[in-house]
Amino acid sequence: METVLPQILNSLFYASVLFLIASGLTLVYGVMRIVNMAHGNIYAFGAYVAAWIVGLVSVQLPSALQFFLLLGGAVAAGALGALLEPTLLRPLYKRAEEYQLLITFGLLLILEDLLRLLWGAHPLTASSLSDALGSVSVAGATYPGYNLFVIAVGAVAAVLLWAFVYRTRFGVVLRATSQDMRMASALGVDVKRVYVQAFAIGCVMAGLGGAIIVPISGAVLGMGVDALILAFVVVVIGGLGSLEGALVGALIVGFVRTLGITYFAEVELAVLYLIAAVVLFVRPAGLFGRA
Amino acid sequence: MTRAAGQGMALALAAAALLFALPLLLPPYQTILLCYGLVFAIAALGFNLLLGYTGLLSFGHSAFFGMGAYAVALMVKYLGTSSMELFIVGGVLSSALVALLFGVVCVRYTRIFFGILTLALSQVLWSLAYKLFWVTGGSDGLRVPTPTLLGGIAGPGANQPAFLAYRYYYYVLLLFLASTALMWLIVRSPFGKALQAIRDNETRAEFVGIQVRRYRLVAFVVSGVFTGLAGTLWVPLNGLTTPDILYWPFSGRIVFFAVLGGFRTFTGPIVGAMVFNYLETYAIANTTYWQLVLGVVLVALVLAMPAGLVGTVGALFRRRPAPTP
Repeated sequence: METVLPQILNSLFYASVLFLIASGLTLVYGVMRIVNMAHGNIYAFGAYVAAWIVGLVSVQLPSALQFFLLLGGAVAAGALGALLEPTLLRPLYKRAEEYQLLITFGLLLILEDLLRLLWGAHPLTASSLSDALGSVSVAGATYPGYNLFVIAVGAVAAVLLWAFVYRTRFGVVLRATSQDMRMASALGVDVKRVYVQAFAIGCVMAGLGGAIIVPISGAVLGMGVDALILAFVVVVIGGLGSLEGALVGALIVGFVRTLGITYFAEVELAVLYLIAAVVLFVRPAGLFGRA
Repeated sequence: MTRAAGQGMALALAAAALLFALPLLLPPYQTILLCYGLVFAIAALGFNLLLGYTGLLSFGHSAFFGMGAYAVALMVKYLGTSSMELFIVGGVLSSALVALLFGVVCVRYTRIFFGILTLALSQVLWSLAYKLFWVTGGSDGLRVPTPTLLGGIAGPGANQPAFLAYRYYYYVLLLFLASTALMWLIVRSPFGKALQAIRDNETRAEFVGIQVRRYRLVAFVVSGVFTGLAGTLWVPLNGLTTPDILYWPFSGRIVFFAVLGGFRTFTGPIVGAMVFNYLETYAIANTTYWQLVLGVVLVALVLAMPAGLVGTVGALFRRRPAPTP
């Protein structure tokens, strides 16, 4: 039991971060039918901003308040999203989807270098936060407290997002737009506004994912590109456009990664991609996708 | 032959003559740079059989390019091969095999799913090249010595840059011209016309009796082989193969070639690959932020010039002698 429980917690920890990234990706696809290749870099942007803010002001603040600083990364990512959608994506909705994919790839290249331009080539860290929580004893095994915090944030975010999409008026509008954009528009929904909001929320999720990972792994160049591929694997397994799918996909990938690191480290990534390919082969729309 | 076709043929011959003459005028560095451009052009030609002619956007062509390159490196490591012709046979066969395996899975899908699936599968190869370091050298990659050409008649000699800038350049140029001619024949053939019918309207194509999936699969394999050949030809120039060429941003670069030149035209991807090669080389040489430059160019292209360089210039020329109906 002493060895199994930390492994399970590790899996949940991975799954939590992956869910935050992938839920944003899948939300944006579900509403706007755009696969945002720059999504990973928005996650990286959230990480950089969070690390930067923590570095600026952490000295003067008690550590309990420092955790709220991480939200700065999420807010900044959301603001970036609200800026990008009307300027870069909106002109392309009527064009072939190849162009939408391409413009987000262009955005990926731009953001990658903007991060380098703003914060330099050296990684930023915020390890004071993960140190602040120390280790806790879980069923006889010691486990980093910060990882538990990340799991909690992921769970809370999942519940809030679910409540937002399925239990609020805005959620109804969002789902209506996702089902049939023209009909929603004809019924008086301001589709342009819904698109900005959906894209911004997707970016907030990614930014939050980046912000909470910073105290553990820091903000480094290239983290966005790596994360995007894992997020793709998650949404392909779960089904593009499905939030439940993103959750289940994140859990599957989280557990496979933990198993992989222990038993088949060399082919861990290959196994994940193969699972994604097999799911697409058997169920093209993913486990929870609507075809 | 119509007048337009005659003009096109004259233009192609002039371009080929220029490519033959350039090494005599340029310093070796510039010739080697041009040689890289030709290699990328072969990759772009193959890629565009899918995007431009079949309507499938692959984000996994790094797999075929990388397979072509790693086939050479592994032949050097395990078989001690040094003949370029054997490398080409190995590179073409292995990239065809990978393309066939990937294709069987991928051609069941179109649009976004096709893109993501090609991407995911290509990353299986990347992660293997990255992790199985005792075979592939991991992130250090594998070194590849300069090969001998034409069964040893033209050896590398002592001066490697001169060899690459002269003999190897002409070797690549001939293969480039042969690939271009072959691709030209493919897209003009009944097979090529069937692909275009599938691109324009899949349902109609099926109704006139085209076996859509089988045609897509063949197109996928042919596309992969061209890109694999490019990877094989690229290794001697680079002298080293690393997992970077298998990583998915490299696939994005191949997509970039086609979009820059214009994927709706035959020559677009060729021009796009060669222009991109110069653009990237000079951006890297002059700024740390070369990705920013490339990204801005790509965004500007998509927003303002979706037809690409060749498509836009072609439209300008067509507009001038106003067609009177």
